[in-house]
Amino acid sequence: MDFIFEPFAWFVGGPLIAISLVLYFYFGKNFGTSTDFETLCTLAGAGKFSDYFKKDWKERDFGLMFAMGLVIGGIIGSHFLIPDQTVALNPKTIQELTDIGFTNVANQYFPDEIFSNEAVFSLKGFLILVVSGLLIGFGTRYAGGCTSGHAITGLSSLQFPSLLAVIGFFIGGIIAAWFIIPTIF
Amino acid sequence: MKNIKFLLLGIFFAIVLSKSQAISWFRFYEMFRFQSFHMFGIIGSAIVISAVFMQLFKRGMIKDIHGNLIKPKQKEKGFFRTLVGGTFFGIGWGISGACAGPIFVILGFKFLSALILLISALLGAFIYGLLSKKLPN
Repeated sequence: MDFIFEPFAWFVGGPLIAISLVLYFYFGKNFGTSTDFETLCTLAGAGKFSDYFKKDWKERDFGLMFAMGLVIGGIIGSHFLIPDQTVALNPKTIQELTDIGFTNVANQYFPDEIFSNEAVFSLKGFLILVVSGLLIGFGTRYAGGCTSGHAITGLSSLQFPSLLAVIGFFIGGIIAAWFIIPTIF
Repeated sequence: MKNIKFLLLGIFFAIVLSKSQAISWFRFYEMFRFQSFHMFGIIGSAIVISAVFMQLFKRGMIKDIHGNLIKPKQKEKGFFRTLVGGTFFGIGWGISGACAGPIFVILGFKFLSALILLISALLGAFIYGLLSKKLPN
């Protein structure tokens, strides 16, 4: 039974993600997570400020259920299924991150420098999270989708806008990993 | 409770992402530095297998639970919005190591930081909604 506690190889994870997409469509809905951000905005009363959010959230309640499932699945994963969060990262990546001041690199899923409570309660750490969150929320709605909606659903159904969006994702990710992270740390 | 299946699917998807390390900040950093195949293998194989199913959907060989033809929504066109919006999203993703789905999953791992990410992302989506008519396409 030990395999339950082992990390999934890419050729297990990728196909299982595809199966999730297939089931989502089989259940009659369009796969994509970032639309749920809008539904949550509507739920929080954003319709008072902009017609953009004047929608019936009940028509998207399946997305909210899915998002709730993601949270529950995360709790199950973190507490029961991943006793060892070590990531078999490229030693070169570990070295580079250590060089710019990261500690405990790849001994856990998330670096303390960004995700620990200590970081969250520092001005720098707080701003890092807030600015990235704003960019994620704004960017994904402007682009019309995120990794699930554009990269996986859009590319697999051969949609040109999704190719542009994914190119954008990588331009942004490269700017972040090559320039912003080494500058702010 | 007709939506319970989406709840269960969410739980399944979250476990898959967690077990494949596809929510790990380090994995995404490594991906954007092109220093590992892991994430490319995950995303790439997910796309290829989904593409096969998309063809089956298109030909009506697999229909949805209600017996309807499955048609993925057509994404909105607009060169500027997709590329620039995508780049903004990518910068946020690259710094925080979290894209939309994983933010919800990370709540189960690092509650406080993920909550700040989520609230800010909702605020970002809200700002987009306010400006949506004024932004270039």
